[in-house]
Parts: sequence; structure tokens; C-alpha cells
Amino acid sequence: MNDFNYGKVATFTEAIANVSTSDQNKYIAGGTNLIDLLKYNLLQVNELVDVNGLREETIKQLENGSIFLDAFATNADTAYHPIIENEFPLLSKAILAGASAQIRNMATNGGNLLQRTRCYYFYDANTPCNKREPGSGCSAINGYNRNLAILGTSENCIAVFPSDMCIALAALDAVVHVTSPDGDRKILFEDFHRLPGDTPHLDNNLKHGELIIGIEIPANNFKTNYSYLKLRDRNSYAFAMISVATGIELNQNKIENISIALGGVASKPWRVKAAESFLVGKEPTRENFSAAAEMIISGAVGFEFNNFKIELAKRAIVRNCLMALNPASQLPGAQPSL
Amino acid sequence: MRTKEITSTLIKANASLIKLNINGKNHQIELKPWVTLLDCLREYLDLTGTKKGCDHGQCGACTVICDGKRILSCLTLAAMKDGSEITTIEGIANEGELHPLQKAFIEHDAFQCGYCTPGQICSAIGMFKEGKAKTEADVKDLMSGNLCRCGANTNIINAIMEVKNGGVNERL
Repeated sequence: MNDFNYGKVATFTEAIANVSTSDQNKYIAGGTNLIDLLKYNLLQVNELVDVNGLREETIKQLENGSIFLDAFATNADTAYHPIIENEFPLLSKAILAGASAQIRNMATNGGNLLQRTRCYYFYDANTPCNKREPGSGCSAINGYNRNLAILGTSENCIAVFPSDMCIALAALDAVVHVTSPDGDRKILFEDFHRLPGDTPHLDNNLKHGELIIGIEIPANNFKTNYSYLKLRDRNSYAFAMISVATGIELNQNKIENISIALGGVASKPWRVKAAESFLVGKEPTRENFSAAAEMIISGAVGFEFNNFKIELAKRAIVRNCLMALNPASQLPGAQPSL
Repeated sequence: MRTKEITSTLIKANASLIKLNINGKNHQIELKPWVTLLDCLREYLDLTGTKKGCDHGQCGACTVICDGKRILSCLTLAAMKDGSEITTIEGIANEGELHPLQKAFIEHDAFQCGYCTPGQICSAIGMFKEGKAKTEADVKDLMSGNLCRCGANTNIINAIMEVKNGGVNERL
């Protein structure tokens, strides 16, 4: 890690003032990805501004019925909060499927959105990588790409966004609240992360200096039928090959509302609302979920070592939607059940 | 609610002075901002019980308990924990008497090379404090951040389960 300054701030104003003075200044909260990137010299900073002191209540209830997750609260405190466990259990399960208990005790909600891909080539500074160094090439497209994307890719990058929490946030129509020297704004979750296109070096639509202050989640009716499924090379402590977040609202055995988001397939959580609309009014059967899965995976392109993900994703969607009908049967670590 | 008074402290790249309470003892340490908590414990304070297994947050050997929560000391800057209370493996025995987990690890042959062991034990202590592990499946999942390359995992889980099921123990 290179020489850098470090300091704690006590207010949002101080935080954004200090980071905005230079592109080389960054916020640090949990540090679980940022410190790792510094160790690998994938990131150089001039100053780290510690924003942990800005934390307030883990969860606030808003007047419009939504909840507001504090950006500086830990993933563990969020996952185990009674409001999340009881009213937004899909989010709790997704968070608890990620990382390890130690990391969840450190990592923050805001930081989870900002974690970078774990593509081996991004992490290996000896290899060409358009995300790390625009224009240098993509080593993954013709390399070992087993854990990389099948949707939304471009000729420049096939990186995957590795978060579990964010797959649930996408399914729950979260809204990211941000502050900056230019004022406050809200970013719909579907607009937060980017596909690589011609700008693979940009993971998200934040401007430098913008600080995530919280994540709003509207009230929903997914607390009875929900499931998070994470398929990976081992049963714990690994990133998803494929993950699926499903929330279903049933009314007399017909789907009243459904949300399905996919992880492990793209540089952002993947939702296809047309597939969800297709399911509304239908019975929650394997046949209907399979048809929806085809729609969600439409356009997928596999590479030499990850082509299996296309069929696996379809089956995972079906399985997870069926699992959502019986949340009590779910296993720790978001393993397959039923 | 903010429970600590935070004052702004932009520290320049020169060494800064931080305070840590480690295993009940107060320390003042002068170090650079980029020193990890792990290196602070091992290199600055000679507390080498906590191990550097991977230094990248992937193995759990560096697990310590900070302000009651188990964390990875390799992915924490010492400066971030200025003012915190840390418990390391050196601090869990009670005046020479082994902690119940230490006894159980011996009885169940739960370590071979011993390198993951301090992290395993501190992680298990943290897990008990969290109070979320109900079943053995939960214990396996919640201990999954601690790897054991020697393959003592089965015995590690057995040791932890014995202590978990061992009735009232105030020290946990």
C-alpha cells in the first residue's frame, strides 16, 4: 500500500469536502474491498476519509412507508435487524449468503454497492484489463472466464458484479440516496450500476465525491414468499456462479406480484420486468417459471468456460421461484433446498 | 444514533499516535496510517498469536474480537480502530486457566499445524456473542470464514458444538 493520509470526519459536509478536493481521495468505511485493492496496488490513494462516524440508526422508517438503510451500518447489523428479518427477509437472506461473518461485521451497506469485480484478470495487474486500464484489452474474453458474465457484456469487458445484497436490493426496487457538493439526489437501483459498453472502467453512475448516505426500500408484500439461492463451487464463502433473488406475492394461488433478480451473470443485477409481467395472474408452477426463465436469460452469450451458466441460470430461476413458495425449507448459506 | 463523539482528524502521512485497549491493557502506538491492525498486533506489540494466513481477507486466520465483534484484522487499518477494545487469542484464558474453547479444541484434536487455530477460536467466541447459531448447520455456515488447510474442520466443529451445548458459561 502506498503512502496516504488518513482521517476521520464527523459530518457529511466534511466528508464530501475532503474527498472532492482530489480524484485520489476516497471514502473508507468497512474497507473490506478497498484495503484489499490497496494491498494489490490496484488502487492508489492520496487520502482516505473514514466515514464510519457518520453512522446513525441502522434502519429508519420513512413517512411514505418505506424503510431507509443507513449507508454506514454494517451488513451484519442490517441482516439481523428485526425490521429486515421480519419485513424484508429476502434482503436478510441475501446479505447472509455473502462473504463471511467477519466480513459482514465490517462491511457497510454503502460499501457493498461499490465493491469491484473479482475477475482474476482485473486483480492481476500483469494482465491487460480494460476495466483497470482502459484500452489495454480484455484478458478474460479468451481466458479463464468460468466466473464471468453471460449477459450485458461488451467486446471490452465480461466482468461480473459479485454482490449478493445488491441482487436483493434490485429485486426490491431500492433507491440509493446520495449527497455531494452539488446537493442531494436519488438514484433508482436499476440505474446505479453500469454495463461495460465502451466504458468498462466505470462500475456505476456516481460522480467522484458523491457519498451514499442511505438506501430506501419501498414497502412490499414479499415477506411470506421469498427466496435467495446461491449456486457456487462450494457451499460457503465463495462468490456466486449464479444467484437468484425472488419475491412473490400470491393471491389465491395466483401470482399477484413477482420480482426476480439474477446475480453472477452481469456487471449489474439482472432483472427483466417483461418476464415478471408475464407471470402476473398465472399460477406459480414449474412450467410458468420456466417460460419466465427463458425470457430472463434471453440474449445470453456464453464464453468458453462459462457457457454452462446459461442453462444453469434458467434452472436456478425455476428452482428459486419454487423455493420461494416454502421459505421455511431454506438452508443456511442460500444452498439449494426442495 | 451516534454513540461516539467523533472529531475530525486528518492525519498526515507521518506517524500518528493511536490508542488501543488490547486484552484489557491500554497501549499507545505510533504508526503510519497504512499499517493494518494485524501488523500492529504482530509487529508493533509482539502479539504474534494472531496469524497472517493470506493477508487478503480470505482465510480468517487473522480474526480478532474488536468492540465485541469478530473482524478480520488484515483488512482493517489500525488507525480505524483508535480507541477500540480488542481481544486476541492471548487474552482469552483466565489467569492461566484455558478458555472452554481452548480445552475443547485440545480434547477434540481440533488443530494439526495450529496456524488457523487462534482465528478459529476467536471467530467461535465472536459467533457465540452474536447468538445466531442454532444448529450444527448454522455453526458450519457461520464458521465458514475460517479455513483449515489441514482438514481439522470436523473436529473444530465438534469442539465448538461441545462448548455450545455445554450449558451456562458466563465467560462466553
